[in-house]
Amino acid sequence: MTQPPALSLAGSATIGGEPLFRDIAFAVPAGRWTCLLGPSGVGKTTVLRLFAGLATGVVHEGTCAASDGPLAGRVALMAQDDLLLPWLDLIGNATLGARLRGEAADTARAREVLAAVGLAGMFHRRPRELSGGQRQRAALARTLMEDRPVVLLDEPFSALDARTRAQMQELTARLLAGRTVLLVTHDPAEAARLGDVIRIMTEDGIEEVPPPPGAPPRPVDDEHVLWAQASLLARLRKES
Amino acid sequence: MTAAGALAGWRAGLASALLGIALWQGLVWATGLPRFILPGPALVAETLWTSRVLIAENAVVTIAEVLMGLLLGALLGGLSAIGLAASPLARALVRPMLVFSQAVPVFALAPLLTLWLGYGLMSKVAMALLIIYFPVTSAFFDALMRTNPDWLGLARVMGASPMRIMWHIRIPAALPGFASGLRLAAVYAPIGAIIGEWVGASKGLGYLMLLANGRAKTDLMFAALIVLAVFTILLHAAVNRFAERVLER
Repeated sequence: MTQPPALSLAGSATIGGEPLFRDIAFAVPAGRWTCLLGPSGVGKTTVLRLFAGLATGVVHEGTCAASDGPLAGRVALMAQDDLLLPWLDLIGNATLGARLRGEAADTARAREVLAAVGLAGMFHRRPRELSGGQRQRAALARTLMEDRPVVLLDEPFSALDARTRAQMQELTARLLAGRTVLLVTHDPAEAARLGDVIRIMTEDGIEEVPPPPGAPPRPVDDEHVLWAQASLLARLRKES
Repeated sequence: MTAAGALAGWRAGLASALLGIALWQGLVWATGLPRFILPGPALVAETLWTSRVLIAENAVVTIAEVLMGLLLGALLGGLSAIGLAASPLARALVRPMLVFSQAVPVFALAPLLTLWLGYGLMSKVAMALLIIYFPVTSAFFDALMRTNPDWLGLARVMGASPMRIMWHIRIPAALPGFASGLRLAAVYAPIGAIIGEWVGASKGLGYLMLLANGRAKTDLMFAALIVLAVFTILLHAAVNRFAERVLER
């Protein structure tokens, strides 16, 4: 992995002529976790897809860049849907990126990474033979196999039950440490646990909120984390 | 267990066949039609046995036509669907042609094909191919165009070329569509071959049926028809089995 860059996005976006967001300035610092918190439909996923270079159905006027040159080829993506291919086993899914680029699939490393996310002994299972939490672990393994300096997470834990979600948050925070991570979420608790930097996005724009003390992943029952979570929620409610 | 539940699988098929034969025999008795208009099941069974060599010789020809047509049609249909899905230009140019070709009744082309390709095997293979080409292409193409857009986005972020996305994601994801096209094709292909034989042939089950009909040998015609129907059912089952095997992989 190369040195992770910082990201920045500025400007306005319209969708079918209607404004989605206006004159925002959003910075994602290098090598840290940034949580972009906001209600549904406010454009947070659009921000993430603009960084990913994916067609978003929106017209964006402004800049979207990394601090040190083009971003293409340096990004990995993980979404709420695990996006595992049902006809491939876990090794096949973990090495998908290599095969899609015409490179040799490194199955030895795939085994290591799958074991690291807690899927040892399940290398040849198909996605349908796994639980939701296991599938999301496999998606994390596929993301890690890409070994990109920038990782974009689009609500990757929101379909999981509370206990699995907490485990996945800790695992992901540990395994993605040192990369530039942008986590888009609508869950104040998740932002309070995981963000080095927390930003709230509403119809009025993006503003920064100080994170609770301590390094992520912060404990779920820490009073500062709980307080931060409550104040984030209050802020979200006030804005809407 | 319900009565329908008890009649699962091949037992249901057998019971249904027996019921059909009983109804057929009932119709023969009730109407009292002469045997050259409506032969009974027993007479047809007898003809099936006594003319088995004649029927088998002709059946082999038809089966060969159907299998070759099916194979070529599946191949051409599959490649066409991939080409159309890969290229917007091909879609713009070729799709209207495909739709137009469907507006032409394939049956009406049979005399032309016989004129161009002769009385032999090739005109029937071409007929079977033509009749299955559209269902195969269309079912596979639709499936290729319905790939989960999030898979495509993920692949693009991973740095995949359109060709590799096609090979590693779109084609495997669309195989169920290709399989449903093939299932339809297994039923249509024999129709194509028979039409081809009716228009001009010197061998095959369709030819035999016409011949029997002309000589008022209705029992022989029925026998040939039953062989054709049984073959079609077996072909459909085989294609089904093949599709399931491939999709399970």
